[in-house]
Amino acid sequence: MELTLWTYEGPPHVGAMRIASSMKDIHYVLHAPQGDTYADLLFTMIERRGQRPPVTYTTFQARDLGGDTAELVKKNIKEAVERFKPKTLLVGESCTAELIQDQPGALAKGMGFDMPIVNLELPAYSKKENWGASETFYQLIRTLLKEKVSYSEKISPLRWKEFGRRPKVNILGPSLLGFRCRDDVIEIQRILSEQGIDTNVVAPLGASPDDIERLIDAEINICLYPEIAEASCEWLKRNFGMEYTNTIPIGIKNTIEFINEVHKKLDLPLTNKKELENKSKLPWYSKSVDSNYLTGKRVFIFGDGTHAIAAAKIAKEELGFEVVGLGTYSREMARQVRATAKDLNVEALITNNYLEVEDAMKKAAPELVLGTQMERHSAKRLGIPCSVISTPMHVQDVPARYSPQMGWEGANVIFDDWVHPLMMGLEEHLIDMFKHDFEFVDGHQSHLGHTAKNTKQILNSDEKKDKNSKEGIIWTESGRAELIKVPFFVRGKVKTNTEKYAILRGIPEISDETLYDAKAYFS
Amino acid sequence: MSKVEFNKETGPREVFCGLTSIVWLHRRMPDAFFLVVGSRTCAHLIQSAAGVMIFAEPRFGTAILEEKDLAGLADAHEELDRVVNDLIARRPEIKTLFLVGSCPSEVIKLDLATVAEKLNKRFSGQVRFVNYSGSGIETTFTQGEDGALKALIPLMDSSDKEKLLLVGTLANNVEDRFKKIFRNLGISNIESFPPRQSTELPKIGKNTKVLLTQPYLSDTVRDLKHRGCEIISAPFPLGIEGSTEWFLAAAKAFKISELKVHEIISPLINRAKLALESHKEILKGKRLFLLPESQLEISLARFLHNECEMDLIEVGTPYLNKDLMKEEINLLPDNTKIVEGQHVEKQLDRVRESNPDLVVCGMGLANPLEAEGISTKWSIEMVFSPIHGIDQAADLAGLFSKPLKRNQILTSKTLVTH
Repeated sequence: MELTLWTYEGPPHVGAMRIASSMKDIHYVLHAPQGDTYADLLFTMIERRGQRPPVTYTTFQARDLGGDTAELVKKNIKEAVERFKPKTLLVGESCTAELIQDQPGALAKGMGFDMPIVNLELPAYSKKENWGASETFYQLIRTLLKEKVSYSEKISPLRWKEFGRRPKVNILGPSLLGFRCRDDVIEIQRILSEQGIDTNVVAPLGASPDDIERLIDAEINICLYPEIAEASCEWLKRNFGMEYTNTIPIGIKNTIEFINEVHKKLDLPLTNKKELENKSKLPWYSKSVDSNYLTGKRVFIFGDGTHAIAAAKIAKEELGFEVVGLGTYSREMARQVRATAKDLNVEALITNNYLEVEDAMKKAAPELVLGTQMERHSAKRLGIPCSVISTPMHVQDVPARYSPQMGWEGANVIFDDWVHPLMMGLEEHLIDMFKHDFEFVDGHQSHLGHTAKNTKQILNSDEKKDKNSKEGIIWTESGRAELIKVPFFVRGKVKTNTEKYAILRGIPEISDETLYDAKAYFS
Repeated sequence: MSKVEFNKETGPREVFCGLTSIVWLHRRMPDAFFLVVGSRTCAHLIQSAAGVMIFAEPRFGTAILEEKDLAGLADAHEELDRVVNDLIARRPEIKTLFLVGSCPSEVIKLDLATVAEKLNKRFSGQVRFVNYSGSGIETTFTQGEDGALKALIPLMDSSDKEKLLLVGTLANNVEDRFKKIFRNLGISNIESFPPRQSTELPKIGKNTKVLLTQPYLSDTVRDLKHRGCEIISAPFPLGIEGSTEWFLAAAKAFKISELKVHEIISPLINRAKLALESHKEILKGKRLFLLPESQLEISLARFLHNECEMDLIEVGTPYLNKDLMKEEINLLPDNTKIVEGQHVEKQLDRVRESNPDLVVCGMGLANPLEAEGISTKWSIEMVFSPIHGIDQAADLAGLFSKPLKRNQILTSKTLVTH
């Protein structure tokens, strides 16, 4: 039993709903009690969808449990098929139905329908949402394509040459409630098309069962979100020989590497290598002198595996930040995140507990947080600027404007989204510096709201602590005066370091000189 | 009652389960913690309905059952013990801990009553433990509050002192207004259940006169009756009419003259009618379809028809307690179609066929209906907004006029393009 106050991922059947809702001509009969219908609002409210998810909940009640819940399942399946006429039917159960073991998938298969039926077994007590989405997508592909395995030849990534046409690829993984998937798909299709590569099928987002059957018309698969699509890509590779890409095109370097990887797999010559560097404004914006102040900015990163790893690479290599914390809630991606963290000399944080993340954030004393909506709230409480880089989805993460994370435009979006909160940080410093000028309007509101501590508060909290502290360290007038001059966003860190230094050296009173001694000691 | 048409429907539903009521119960009693014993689905449901992220640490959580807990029940009890110990160590300010049963815990027959009893012994004098079920196989949405309140009744001491007991969670400001009005009427001993502090439970007995503020408390009412309380029969205090009848019923139980009631509430009624005018202008003659969810549907239908002159197409309700709703049903217009239960697909067919001007429904259905060109109002807002009482009648009407008004604005052309 695990105490959970808030969870990054929903249960696995919500993952299955993400696949079903992303697609056309599919219906999902979910053996579940009435309360589970809450999941509809994830799609209709967060994604602002104008259609209900294609899901029928069997809505069994306590009084049904003594009787025949299996009959109830069959009745709902029959009604759903008659009403919605899906081309493929998904049948599964949520946590409670798993316990009563009606086996709705087997029941559906015995009802004599001539459409393909996917029997979803998603263990609700050990797995979570992303796993459920991945498994559903995989089972769907397997169900629709398994008969073709025996009479299909291995697909050579070079066969487009024989066919005398442009190479074709599938883009796999984008789904509803995935982070900026809607726009990433457009960006990646545009990039591929510029390189003379056609998109065969995008799935699950916008695909129908017919499209799934057409997957094998492509030469290779683009595994855009491994959390959702890797298992499917692996199955297609094993059974049809279809190769798939490993690079996630988030950030300039990864986008270029992604293009290289695709070309290499297809044996397609890359003719515009030089041009690629200039497709996004990120490299120049990052190089321009006004970005000097970004150097060494301390960032704390937490999110799903894919976005956290990509963020770390961009932060370090493309923006010149210092990564002071990296973690993920995706246990399936823990190995990769640990490897990246090791390269960055930080310890990876793998947890589903947001309070642990908040603690780690506090300890790392970052100047910028890149996280989920939950980290945005934690950072707000700590008065640290934050940009959201990952699911779980919030209505704010479905912007009206075109706003991808991947490709060239994605890099532009990332530059703006990550740097603007810091620009505000600089503005904050200016406000602090100039607040004694007579032109300054008193009561200027910080964009950080009321959580950002001003100098007075820091010093006050300091006094309180001093009285209780065993070491009895005292800040002298000159020490305080110097501390006030330190920009607010590093002031806390400077204060802690100076005190640490004073304790280390047995200095009872901190003066302006102590501050400088400590600065020299820690630099 | 015969003038109203009653129907029953079964099938797939689109309603929240009783766990959802934790969202307002924990705000009502800031010294209580609600621990759901359930699955990741339960945790996800509550956080999706409650916007948990705004809290540094919410006063509700889920002990998520894992595979190893399902293997043997003895383990599950020990595990729950451990979770509770950790929780109390972390949140020492908690005075009452509600162990809330869920669909999975009910199906595996996890005995939360026994767990609560053991914990009560161990933490005696520090934390009190009560248990109830908010499971979706037994309860819908607001029914969760019924379970929570029923669970507290055994902890209430007896007293034969005469008092008015308001039962059902109200917004604090509304509660204060009601108490002031009752005091002006001459009723001085007034208490609320649930109280604002979980430890300050009212004492009850044969001279306790219970006045319900919410229509979803069937089990609580039954247990209060068993404890000798007198239940005042009245419509619910939504709108001017309902609130007036509600005050009158209470006054009658305390032998206060009708004249006195009218004397005190007339100025309130007059200004409320004035405030209601602008909303009535928008709502008048508009056709309303209520889907079942909050259990407030019958009272809302009565208010929106009688005071805002809307036409009622269908009034859905998750379940119907005819006894509790008697006074409300009597106030409904002839031929009102009440549908108990739900077959969401068939009901939506009827929505489309009847082409209503406004549909009251859950959040899962609102945007899809809007996309079809049908204006909607989410029912969950009714349980979070202060809507009770005469002074709030216009605000209550405003919840329904707003979507219509907005629609009007967005479809009208008032500025000429230059």
